[in-house]
Amino acid sequence: MNESDLPSFLLDGEEIPFTPGQTVIQAALTAGHYIPHLCYHPEFVPHGSCKVCTVKANGRPAAACTLPAQAGLAVESDTDELNDLRRTLVQMLFAEGNHFCPSCEKSGNCMLQALGYDLGVMTAGFRHFFPDRPVDASHPDILLDFNRCIFCKLCVRASEEVDGKGVFSLTGRGIMRHLIVSAESGRLADTDIALTDKALEVCPVGVILRKHVGFAVPIGRRRYDERPISAQALDDAPRMMEPKHG
Amino acid sequence: MSRNDPYPSVDAVVERYHADAAYLVQMLREIQETRGWIAPPVVTELARTLGLSRARVEGVAAFYSFLHLRPVGAYRVLFSDNVTDRMQGSEALLAYLSEKLWVEKGKLSEDGLLSIDTTSCTGLCDQGPGLLVNGRAIPRASRERLDVIAALILDRQPLDQWPAELFAVEDNIRRADLLLGNRLAPGEAIRAAILRGRGGQTEAAANERSWREANPAAALGPAATLEEIKRANLRGRGGAGFGTGVKWEACRNAPGEMHCVVCNADEGEPGTFKDRVLLNRHADLVCEGMTVCAYVIGGGGATRGFIYLRGEYRHLLEPLEAVLARRRAAGLLGRDICGEPGFDFDIEIHVGAGAYVCGEESALIESLEGKRGIPRSRPPYPVTHGYLGQPTVVNNVETFCAAALVAVHGGEWYRAVGTAKSAGTKLLSVSGDCERPGIYEYPFGVTVRQVLEDCGAGVGKRATQAVQVSGPSGTLIDASEFDRRIAFEDLPSAGAFMVFDETRDMFDVARNFVHFFAHESCGFCTPCRVGTAMMRNMVDKIHGGRGTQRDIDEMCQLSKAMHMAAHCGLGHTACNPMQDVMKRFRPAIQRRLRRLEFAPAFDLDAALAVGRRMTGRDDAGAHLETEA
Ligand SMILES: Cc1cc2nc3c(=O)[nH]c(=O)nc-3n(C[C@H](O)[C@H](O)[C@H](O)COP(=O)(O)O)c2cc1C
Ligand code: SF4
Ligand code: SF4
Ligand code: FES
Ligand code: FES
Repeated sequence: MNESDLPSFLLDGEEIPFTPGQTVIQAALTAGHYIPHLCYHPEFVPHGSCKVCTVKANGRPAAACTLPAQAGLAVESDTDELNDLRRTLVQMLFAEGNHFCPSCEKSGNCMLQALGYDLGVMTAGFRHFFPDRPVDASHPDILLDFNRCIFCKLCVRASEEVDGKGVFSLTGRGIMRHLIVSAESGRLADTDIALTDKALEVCPVGVILRKHVGFAVPIGRRRYDERPISAQALDDAPRMMEPKHG
Repeated sequence: MSRNDPYPSVDAVVERYHADAAYLVQMLREIQETRGWIAPPVVTELARTLGLSRARVEGVAAFYSFLHLRPVGAYRVLFSDNVTDRMQGSEALLAYLSEKLWVEKGKLSEDGLLSIDTTSCTGLCDQGPGLLVNGRAIPRASRERLDVIAALILDRQPLDQWPAELFAVEDNIRRADLLLGNRLAPGEAIRAAILRGRGGQTEAAANERSWREANPAAALGPAATLEEIKRANLRGRGGAGFGTGVKWEACRNAPGEMHCVVCNADEGEPGTFKDRVLLNRHADLVCEGMTVCAYVIGGGGATRGFIYLRGEYRHLLEPLEAVLARRRAAGLLGRDICGEPGFDFDIEIHVGAGAYVCGEESALIESLEGKRGIPRSRPPYPVTHGYLGQPTVVNNVETFCAAALVAVHGGEWYRAVGTAKSAGTKLLSVSGDCERPGIYEYPFGVTVRQVLEDCGAGVGKRATQAVQVSGPSGTLIDASEFDRRIAFEDLPSAGAFMVFDETRDMFDVARNFVHFFAHESCGFCTPCRVGTAMMRNMVDKIHGGRGTQRDIDEMCQLSKAMHMAAHCGLGHTACNPMQDVMKRFRPAIQRRLRRLEFAPAFDLDAALAVGRRMTGRDDAGAHLETEA
């Protein structure tokens, strides 16, 4: 299909063409426009939980990753009000978990940290919860550091949908929400996870870590050290207009 | 499982539900009813027989407050913790029982006999404080009744041997109008709908011709009843006030392999108990409304019905099953209902397991499907993609009752009552500081003042200070607003009406609600999961006398984020109580922040004089900074 034949909506005043079935964020990224996001992953059906991608569509707030694109929609994203909201949400996530970036293996490759930098979040602002979440080091090759989980469910879905296993699940309510693994012992070593699993690749933060390779790429030369997440995200987005799977 | 396991096997429970994973919550609940808790091997076994991952089953179980993955004792006593329970002395009673039975709140007693804890509002607000013992509701907690209970527990008496009087829940109907006063016979509304569809209105066939001639354009079949529901201007009673006719029509028009009718009997909003009374006293009417709905939306195809009954109302399960059985026997459920060929419909009851968020319609559907009760992203809405992806109507208990009345009496009759934008009547669950708490049915448009007068609030003693209309997610109003009306165009209400007299500390009231939301947030989205917990910490800090203006500012920042970005209504409204108190009862908070302007009488620098004398110093470094 020719781009000009496609329906379109407005994002901060610019016209964004879309193929029916795309959500606002999918269309925006495809067209080379960044909307900050965290739990959205181009290979998975949007989850819509972090709410960092919140925009205003015809004046009403909505998550851009789950909002179906519609012809004629007027979407605001890069406004002070919405960026303030995003900063608040990122601060809330930092305060909720235990994120000691300087000692975290994921530093520089972490989406949460990168978003913080990109949005200009200087402090966590709120009082920290300092939750007690012991790490699971039972597996010889994989470490789980639950302190950093943002509950995006990507590992759960990758394990279920791609690996066909169901190694992970989210449970608990409210602030007691937490990640569990599929074993009576509760230990990762007793699950059927394998080093080749997709579930090992999707965590946007530093929960699921391969052992023995931690600092192979030194801090300072990592993904988001090189360029901000707003630029990186556009590279990662599918740039073609056709739907992903034919 | 070990061979000498005394309980019904996991396999037997799974078999009864045809190994359908959509019944996972029901299976977990039933397994727990016999075993007391769900042990790790049971989870493994259940996952294996259902072909689910173990983590998935554990994940579901750990979502619901009433499902236990750890031993909780042979007797589990839960004290309802709504603000009205507290006003009726629940906290002191909990302490009394804990002391009497030597068990610490939230812990299992050393002998494993019992545990005592709190739970969200159990819907016994008009006869509180409410209790749940092993899931069974006990109203009117008092020292005397707790003495009886303590003795029964120490005697290890099984619950079904306890005196029935302990479990007697009253209906307390104080004012009846067209709904509570109805005298419809079972089947009347269904027959009326079928007759109307034949062009006979509700009169006998003799009148049919003349009526048809007078209304040549009138719809036939189920559409005729749909027209009446729309004409009645019936709006949902679960809170949002969505047009029932529009909802039914959208579902009717949506393509699907089957259409579903779901009755939302989760009634989790603190201070609301009118659905309990409707299900206890007018269960037939509820079923009539659901069956009429099935007739309207089914289009001759397959339909299924569900009642999602909150776990706190477990005691209504057997009576409701009996009503369903009676209706099946009378041809009002099952195949060819009322002799109408192809009109097949039945109703199943799902019992919830302690999660307020499951009252949100898409979370409710997730729970019906055997999952954690997490609200879905919408669109699509349940009317097109509901239970198992099929078109589904979700309505409140009271909405179905009203729909049944409309099916019999017609839309004009119904809309003649109430106000222009709010047709018909509304059931209010009145509790708190008043002489006659209970159920009051009024035409829409009644003033708050009228209700207060009728329920005996503030008569001759303490004046009424405030009313929480529609529960914590609703609106808190003060005495200057008592002439406002209960109606969608002024004060919409899902039914709660909690009265507070002048002795009540409104900050404490709001704090109770803030705790409720933090406990009930499903945890899916950042703003609500983290925001409700932060709010809870802040109000506790203020309560402890350590609050500052900064906490108030942070609460405002959080409120804004939650209001804008939360995924569902719970997160959107979770800040209402504090915001209402800040707006209407500012002194209640300001009083707690007094440390701000507080100049302590104790002078620290003067107290250091002794030290200065002893060290012989009097330089600047030996003084605290003091204002000039
Ligand atoms: C957190 C939350 C809890 C809710 N709880 C209930 C409930 O207990 N009962 C109910 O009927 N509706 C409840 N609702 C509203 C339902 O989502 C839905 O709007 C309603 O069941 C539709 O029925 P109605 O149109 O007849 O009102 C709740 C909504 C939210 C956001
Ligand atoms: S472990 Fe990582 S991928 Fe999994 S839910 Fe947590 S943050 Fe998401
Ligand atoms: S607003 Fe609260 S209850 Fe609703 S989805 Fe978000 S976390 Fe869950
Ligand atoms: S990216 Fe849209 S909600 Fe997380
Ligand atoms: S159950 Fe006690 S107030 Fe609702």
